[in-house]
Amino acid sequence: MMEIWESLESVLSKYSLVTAFSLVGIMVWVSYLISSRITKGRIHGSAIAILFGLLLAYAGGAITGGEKGIADIACLSGIGLMGGAMLRDLAIVATAFGVRLNEFTKTGLSGVVALLAGVLLSFFVGALVAYAFGYRDAVSMTTIGGGAATYIVGPVTGSALGASSEIIALSVAAGLVKSILVMIMTPFVAKSIGLDNPRSAMIFGGLMGTTSGVAGGLAATDERLVPYGAMAATFYTGLGCLLGPSVIFVVMNIIVG
Amino acid sequence: MAIYGTALLSICLLTGLLLGKLLGIVIGIDANVGGVGIAMLMLIVVAEKLHQSGHMPQPSRNGILFWSSIYIPIVVAMAASQNVRAAITGGPAAIIAGALVVAISFALVPLISRLGSADFDPVEQTNSDGGEE
Repeated sequence: MMEIWESLESVLSKYSLVTAFSLVGIMVWVSYLISSRITKGRIHGSAIAILFGLLLAYAGGAITGGEKGIADIACLSGIGLMGGAMLRDLAIVATAFGVRLNEFTKTGLSGVVALLAGVLLSFFVGALVAYAFGYRDAVSMTTIGGGAATYIVGPVTGSALGASSEIIALSVAAGLVKSILVMIMTPFVAKSIGLDNPRSAMIFGGLMGTTSGVAGGLAATDERLVPYGAMAATFYTGLGCLLGPSVIFVVMNIIVG
Repeated sequence: MAIYGTALLSICLLTGLLLGKLLGIVIGIDANVGGVGIAMLMLIVVAEKLHQSGHMPQPSRNGILFWSSIYIPIVVAMAASQNVRAAITGGPAAIIAGALVVAISFALVPLISRLGSADFDPVEQTNSDGGEE
């Protein structure tokens, strides 16, 4: 029995991307079915599919102890390739096809304002929470603040400032919590925050900054908003990595040091 | 041929990523600064130019549209390969920091939206009034 499974698994592993297309296709199909039959269309099918994906990711992490969710299971490693940065970015850029340039330029300034506000706010809130939990030195506060920006800004800031690995791990966890919450919550709050036009989508992308969170959140809300949110979010991590170890650390050092 | 569209899309993404990386080097940080955003702008401009000069037949467009239409399944796969366990077991400080910043950022969206003067119609309307095409 075990030998049969092993030889079957070797097929799934060898054709891992094809396995991923099949599995994700079935997941999306079931999710849209749940959306139309059970929620009567009140919850978007893609929101259910993303939630489904996150649950699988948790299960994968719990089973294997790895870091790539369900993709750590050998025969499902294709999910990691399909949902990795390479294909994700290719698809995000493709969503811009057909958008008119002037729609970007007339929303651009709001995006820049939102970007700056978003990065500064994240560092500030993250540092405040760090302080409340007893991490009261400027290095730890800036690093956890960076994590509250994105899970890339946190470790980049932390390694630049020489933070301990415990603090860096904490900052990554904060960034992961942010990105997952943005994926899950966006469709539910979209209406009340006016997330229904290109301009608010760009502001949303600039404020949130987490590419995966914005990509997932907007996909589950209204696919047409994706290029605007993604456009702003793509500058966020760079800005955070630029400001964190420099200006923000200096300010933080003056305040608490 | 569809590959022309997909190749154009790929060339835009690669060029954007390379420029983003160079931008990072110039300002002295180890991160890609806006690579995907630059790629999006490039695709919009180049595709528009090709469309105007009649070099963008439907098969080529399909090579781009396929990737755009498979965006949601890719995001679902992305969700399934996140480190959700680390997020949940990261401890109360990580969860509170992440949740608080999301809540405040959500609340700021309408505030910053109101700052500008230009009024935007919801997407449903902007899509239907595109009469010039």
